[in-house]
Amino acid sequence: MNRRAVPMLAGLTLIIAACTAGGGSGGSAPSQSSHKPVTLTVWSFFTGRELRQFNTVLDGVKKSAPWITINSVGGKQPSDILRAINSGTAPDVAIEPGPDDSAKYCATGAWISLNPYITADHVNLSSLSPPAALRYTSYKGDQCSLPMLSDAYGLYYNTDMFKAAGISSPPKTFSQLEADAKKLTKKNPNGTFKVVGFDPLQSFYESYALDYGIYSGASWYTSSGKSALASDPRWAQLLQWQKSFIDWYGYNNLLKWFQNIGGANSEWTASQAFETGKLAMALDGEWRVAFIANDHAKIHYATAPFPVADNVAGNYGAGQIGGTIIGIPKGAPDTADAWAVVKYMALGTQAEERLGEMLKNVPTTFPALKDPTLSGNPNFKTFLNIFANPHSGYKQITPLGSADGDLFSAFIDKYLAGSVSNLRAGLQNIASQIDKQAQLG
Amino acid sequence: MFARARTSDKLPGDTVSFGKPAPETPPSRSVAARRASRRRRRLRQYGVVALFMSPWLIGMVVFTLYPTFASLYFSFTHYDLLTAPQWVGLSNYQFMLHDPNFWQSLRNTLWMVVFATPLQVAFAIGCAMVLVRVKQGVGIYRTIFFVPTMVPAVAATLGFVFILNPAGPIDRVLSLLHIPQPLWFEQPAWSKPGLLLLGLWGVGNTMIIFLAALLDVPKELYEAADIEGAGPWQRFRNVTLPMISPVIFFSLVIGVIYGFQYFTEGYVASVSGGLGSPQGSLLFYGIWLYQQGFQYFHMGYAAAMAWVLFIIIMAATLVLVRSSRRWVHYQGGFL
Repeated sequence: MNRRAVPMLAGLTLIIAACTAGGGSGGSAPSQSSHKPVTLTVWSFFTGRELRQFNTVLDGVKKSAPWITINSVGGKQPSDILRAINSGTAPDVAIEPGPDDSAKYCATGAWISLNPYITADHVNLSSLSPPAALRYTSYKGDQCSLPMLSDAYGLYYNTDMFKAAGISSPPKTFSQLEADAKKLTKKNPNGTFKVVGFDPLQSFYESYALDYGIYSGASWYTSSGKSALASDPRWAQLLQWQKSFIDWYGYNNLLKWFQNIGGANSEWTASQAFETGKLAMALDGEWRVAFIANDHAKIHYATAPFPVADNVAGNYGAGQIGGTIIGIPKGAPDTADAWAVVKYMALGTQAEERLGEMLKNVPTTFPALKDPTLSGNPNFKTFLNIFANPHSGYKQITPLGSADGDLFSAFIDKYLAGSVSNLRAGLQNIASQIDKQAQLG
Repeated sequence: MFARARTSDKLPGDTVSFGKPAPETPPSRSVAARRASRRRRRLRQYGVVALFMSPWLIGMVVFTLYPTFASLYFSFTHYDLLTAPQWVGLSNYQFMLHDPNFWQSLRNTLWMVVFATPLQVAFAIGCAMVLVRVKQGVGIYRTIFFVPTMVPAVAATLGFVFILNPAGPIDRVLSLLHIPQPLWFEQPAWSKPGLLLLGLWGVGNTMIIFLAALLDVPKELYEAADIEGAGPWQRFRNVTLPMISPVIFFSLVIGVIYGFQYFTEGYVASVSGGLGSPQGSLLFYGIWLYQQGFQYFHMGYAAAMAWVLFIIIMAATLVLVRSSRRWVHYQGGFL
């Protein structure tokens, strides 16, 4: 070999190694902050009041990293972030409202792996955040984002109606939920519903969360990565139970009742069915506590974990969780400083507590979950406990994003309406569609 | 120019001869210089033309030709918008054949094209004919009929979702008349008709074109028809319709193209209930394409769907153009 070629090859190898470092699952040393004055752009989906509140928390970065100036831009959707990444104009830090895209970002390297920074800063993530929250922000060992606030779903129940019906405690299993709902349902003289005990329709407010499988213990994927909708019998059991429950009310009767109370648009108004006393029990997120207070709803209520399927009664206390994620898009020039912002917002107790208090969502670290302001309200505390429960979770994330959930929801919509005659064949068909979508380009 | 003897002109024993041209005298310097100068002038002229056309040319190449051919290329690739496209041949097109949502979206879209487009044209003609007869307050009536067109599609759809819900005014009127009230956007059988009503409400643009066409029909033709003893239907059938047939043709072509690209209204009406809700009845072609491209990052498949849609629209337009020769009457006899 040419004498000159050896050092040239060695140099080339070094350059290639340097260029490819950081893309893997971690271990390689991350870049260090120079502590020189720098302006970082942070994109989030927040707007209006929420953006102002978010910015006040974000300004706190200055205390730990005074050389950083933040340029916070609100109203940015995932599609905006994607376009910016493609055009090489990505922000230094990106915040998305849900975890659906996190696997895609990890798999493609669109958001950089935070593993090197986590390792370098000796951050023990499992001691800071519940495993479920870390699952929906990582993919195949790469922590490409961190949870920064979350939602948790639980049961809201009208205590006056419970008392009147002689029900002493909230239901803990599906069969108890169904029995209580039937007791609590009241009809008008013309046969229409005056009060619905519980509306199990998938399209009713947040009831879709029921079909994420958390409460039935069903799995989305097998260990080989194939859709488990047909192979896991708990899906069929969940849907059969849900359909028989709906049939007791009558599918069209429930639809009519829902439309008469204002339909989906009423969810974010004071005429929301639970707040107006037209619904005795509701599957809803932690934010409803603040809505009920703000709307001055004239109801007495309490919260509890949502009931689980009878055959997984041990999982009672868990629930559907999932929410905002924060990460560093590829191409960001000052990743070390961007990491300082991500770490402060997602792992800083003070930031998490303040975000939770202001935005009325669940903070995502164990220390912040003990925040006395948040946990002081027993109705809100229920959701803090649900978030910390080890059985709580989000649908398993994959590079498919929300496609699997969308396809399954569309199928459930048809099944609950009675348009699917063969449930098993239908589930097999949907599972096959999801598997094929995974191969699609 | 060489002249070649025709075979038929050849006599036996004759040999075919090609006349040698007289050697050309080399052009004088002044002629060559004149030619070169003329060439330069022409080039300069072309340059000026190209300079003035350059904004359009650049726009055409960058914003139309490049994206068009890029999408054709993407349709043969696996492209997730985040990593470089990978060539997969016809896989995306093959997947389409076995994608139930593709077929469902195509069926829903065809329903809108087949039912909504002719109905909207007929309704627009009807409205225009009513407005032609109005003698007083013409401007006010025309404005009233046209205003819905100016309402943004999203706002109009949300408005219709509201007025067609069971607590809304339409169902209340139906209830008073003891007519069964459908759950418009909750039942698959009624969701598309609900959007069709919305489409009829917003025919102002088409109506204005028909109004102009109706006012353009020569009065002498109606007078001649009256003298011949034609009744209202015969006047309409034999005078009005042929005279406005070019506008009907135009409206149908535009309506069919729009119908195949139907998106906003379907998306807004179904968004709260999930993809294509209720029960996939509002999953239109454009919505499934958008979902694949911009929600699921399957840009290769979305590009393939876009090209199939382009071919379908081209075919439908060609069928309409071909058929127009039989029923479209041009006053000036263009065709």
